Amino acid sequence: MLASIAFYVLSIIAVVSAFAVIAARNPVHSVLFLILTFFTSAGLFVLLGAEFLAMLLVVVYVGAVAVLFLFVVMMLDVDFAELKQGFLSYMPIGGLVALALFAELALVASAAGSANGAPIGLAPAQPSQVTNAEAIGQVLYTDYLLVFQLAGLVLFVAMIGAIVLTLRHRPGVKKQDIAAQVGRRRSEAVELKDIRPGQGIG
Amino acid sequence: MEVGLAHYLVVAAALFTIGVFGIFVNRKNVIIILMSIELVLLAVNINLVAFSAYLQNLEGQIFAMLVLTVAAAEAAVGLAILVTYFRNRGDIAVEDINQMRG
Repeated sequence: MLASIAFYVLSIIAVVSAFAVIAARNPVHSVLFLILTFFTSAGLFVLLGAEFLAMLLVVVYVGAVAVLFLFVVMMLDVDFAELKQGFLSYMPIGGLVALALFAELALVASAAGSANGAPIGLAPAQPSQVTNAEAIGQVLYTDYLLVFQLAGLVLFVAMIGAIVLTLRHRPGVKKQDIAAQVGRRRSEAVELKDIRPGQGIG
Repeated sequence: MEVGLAHYLVVAAALFTIGVFGIFVNRKNVIIILMSIELVLLAVNINLVAFSAYLQNLEGQIFAMLVLTVAAAEAAVGLAILVTYFRNRGDIAVEDINQMRG
């Protein structure tokens, strides 16, 4: 009973805040609503018995991706009100497509839920004597080791790609040049001047 | 009423639809489009985890983790492209992006 109440509360918050993500005028609010959506979804994951993924969602999304979005939104100096202009003109066709999509998906979902001969209840996917993280580790590091390493490769390539895309060398910025420092000769740094007595430097 | 698989699938369907709808209505704002893509991937993750619990099979959670990885990589690269584009053009209107031509 308590789990049902939690499910309804969490899913309503998730859907409403997801709608607020796309409808908010200020993109900073959008990012904050996105964080709320991910947080409530993490709650849904906990209800499904996937605690490890729930924590991963909070750490990866709220801690990294959403903050990345926040940085980019705040660093770009863009007139966001102007970008919002097409909202109403795209609304009818977008709403139509969304309505059709949701109707189809909900139809399939309700059909899947009432399929006969299948178990109805939802329980944690791992055997009851191990924790969720332990069970995932036992599968991930054995059967799915290659996939795991490929995921690491994807992240590595994405990291290098992001660095390469955003790295720039600005001209006119003073930086330390070690080679120039070490390669300095006496002849190009010091000069002897003959100054006659009685006259100043000048 | 007992919460079953269909409930989770409907929530995921709603999130997916909202994501697609967000791509439609925010045609000019790339940042919101990227966030909509994140919503779509979140809906996929909810589906995977719900089926994982339904079928008593952990593989769904493994694949949800992979989707999470790809989503994070996609967000990083997408935002990097966005920053570069903004640096070159001074705004982020996607409608002019077809002018890039290589």
